[in-house]
Amino acid sequence: MPLYHTEDQAMLADTASGFMAEEGNIAKQLRHWRDRDCKDGFGHALWKQMAEMGFTGMLLDEDDGGLGLGHVEAGIVLEEIGRNLTPSPFLTSSVLAATALKHGSADMKGRYLPGLIEGESVFAVAIDETAKHRPSRITTKAEKSGNGFRLSGSKSFVVQGASSDMIVVAARTSGSDEDEEGVTLFAVPQDAAGMTQNPVRLVDSSMASHIAFEGVELDGDAVIGEVDGGRAILNALLTAGRIGAAAEGVGVARGAMDLTIDYLKQRKQFGKLIGEFQGLQHRASHLYSEVEVARAVVIKAQQLLDAGAESAELMSSVAKAKVAKAAGLAVKEGVQMHGGIGMTDEYDIGLYMKRDRALQEFLGDAFFHAGRVAEMSGY
Amino acid sequence: MSDLETFRAQTQSWLEANCPPEMREPVRDDADVYWGGRRATFKNEAQKAWFEACVEKGYTVPAWPKEYGGAGLNAAEAKILRQEMSRIGARPPLSSFGIWMLGPALLKFGTEGQKQRFLNEIARGETRWCQGYSEPGSGSDLVSLQTYGEDKGDHWVVNGQKVWTSYADQADWIFCLVRTDKDNKYQGITFTLIDMAFEGVSTKPIKLISGNSPFCETFLDNVKVPKSYGEDIPAQVGEVNRGWDVAKYLLGHEREMISGMGGGERTAAIGASMKRLSAKTGDELDPVLRAELAMFDVDALAFTAMGEKFMDEMKAGKGHPAQPNMMKYTGTELNKRRHELMMAAGGSRSLEWESDETRGGTPARSWLRTKANSIEGGTSEIMLNVISKRILDLPGA
Repeated sequence: MPLYHTEDQAMLADTASGFMAEEGNIAKQLRHWRDRDCKDGFGHALWKQMAEMGFTGMLLDEDDGGLGLGHVEAGIVLEEIGRNLTPSPFLTSSVLAATALKHGSADMKGRYLPGLIEGESVFAVAIDETAKHRPSRITTKAEKSGNGFRLSGSKSFVVQGASSDMIVVAARTSGSDEDEEGVTLFAVPQDAAGMTQNPVRLVDSSMASHIAFEGVELDGDAVIGEVDGGRAILNALLTAGRIGAAAEGVGVARGAMDLTIDYLKQRKQFGKLIGEFQGLQHRASHLYSEVEVARAVVIKAQQLLDAGAESAELMSSVAKAKVAKAAGLAVKEGVQMHGGIGMTDEYDIGLYMKRDRALQEFLGDAFFHAGRVAEMSGY
Repeated sequence: MSDLETFRAQTQSWLEANCPPEMREPVRDDADVYWGGRRATFKNEAQKAWFEACVEKGYTVPAWPKEYGGAGLNAAEAKILRQEMSRIGARPPLSSFGIWMLGPALLKFGTEGQKQRFLNEIARGETRWCQGYSEPGSGSDLVSLQTYGEDKGDHWVVNGQKVWTSYADQADWIFCLVRTDKDNKYQGITFTLIDMAFEGVSTKPIKLISGNSPFCETFLDNVKVPKSYGEDIPAQVGEVNRGWDVAKYLLGHEREMISGMGGGERTAAIGASMKRLSAKTGDELDPVLRAELAMFDVDALAFTAMGEKFMDEMKAGKGHPAQPNMMKYTGTELNKRRHELMMAAGGSRSLEWESDETRGGTPARSWLRTKANSIEGGTSEIMLNVISKRILDLPGA
């Protein structure tokens, strides 16, 4: 398959681009909700609109009421989300949680998927337990209790946790902290007794929770997939989520770069447009090159994942790491080339820097993923 | 099975039958690369057999039309052939500036007579070409070139000096930028084909910091160049005084070729092989070096995807026409970084200039060679200038 969008995908990109620029733009969403100190950090009305566009259930099978599309398509939506810094539950609900729920029972799908498809429900995923992403270590425990389980432990960086109707929680049902096996995924409803959320606002105005589980009683039907068999599902949702986050990161990078290149063509100093200075031209061109490479590896990873290729996992880490570097460069160069005005809240470039910072950390930063590339390559 | 699946299966069995095991080993030295030409010799029977099988099949230039010695493969078929050759590690049967550079120019700008003669000679490895672009006073500012062809009716008399002519001392013909109008900077250059056996053509190898001499100075002293080599075979490609168009087109190809050398799926990531290399000398990868290698491998694997996307887009007529400049810039800078890391991983062993263990100082010489990657065919800084102007549309660029 060639590494560019098919005609259908190009049409979707046009649609998504128009929709996000119109409805999901920075003034209408990010700044709007931020300036009102919104407890969700995103707008539910937009989430409904995204449902009407067919985005919310796009990755779900047609039998489950979804569109049966792939990660190239989800990535198209995510890139536009990134470009407009649109706060929405799409990545956590429609990519991460949806990937987990695909492995759920028919009963569980019936419970959760219609709400997602309609844009009525929001889901979160609780994986990290410390300040850095380290999914190999799962210490939150789920012990057998009657017909169900008792959940105890804590999670952090649960994005939109307090706004969610259900949280996918990775917990240990057997073995020790670092064991590959013995992990189970649970769908924990928001109103579960014994679950305490401490939501905090992050640098990019999004909300994420620290969650404590103190003897949370769960029915057996809260298990996603098989007991002790959650690692494979966790890996699947991580791969999908990382590739999705990388796509959003490409959007952030392109958005920041476009703003910056425009600025170089408008700002005058020493009687010249600053874009005439070779010192800035070369930096802008280097940035363009890095962003192009990042785009390429993201579509490669998306296609591999959609094809069910084994190498999708390696390429997900390559993509996440490469995008982290390219987008990091885009926002840093962006602020610097804007000069003093880049430090003001009034200009959008700083918002890109903040979103990039949060996105870098989400599901593993460049250091984590480069290390993973090394391990998977055998060194 | 779809047509392409059938083609893949046929290609696999053809390669199995025709590519000798020795030709699936990595290239170790210059003699492993067959360049063709009047003076060429084969290193061994396997090299000869592989070359001849490919000539017969049209696989020295698979995407060229059959009437010019190619196999007439479409883009999808050519990609499959590349993939299958890469999968078994097959060496290119023929390396040649004729294939990479003159061929594409002739296919686009050549007359039917030129194509019939020169393309077939290139495809069959009969003529080895070299490129005469740069001059001592015209490097990055190539259009200032001074080599002059004086019009003498049925011939030109050419005088001047070219530099960085790759393997000119072993080439049979040179495609050469010659000024034919001193008053017209851009529209005063003719893309001229010159037989190096003509009187007045001489070459002198340039010894590089790597100790090798892949480049020459080429001198043209009162060389009488006929305006025609036969019916419908003019000595110039494109029109007289319009050679700059051909040169620009070709520079694009050269940039693609150089950027391609930085990629290649089999060699993209180096971390694992550097770990093995360290183990051979009883060393372990330093943790900070390992981290650098990991960061490099991320960039290299991502660039491999970029190379694939670039080729796919180019074949489909998508993508920005100035994108080869980005590929060249990124690919060559990456390759320099790769060799820096390889030197570091090899330690003092990689300093050896002459030893059997290093096959004659290959690590050090290759490392030094890569420094030219971002100079030849347009420096990195020129590439960034072009990206600024043609892609980013920055003012005054």
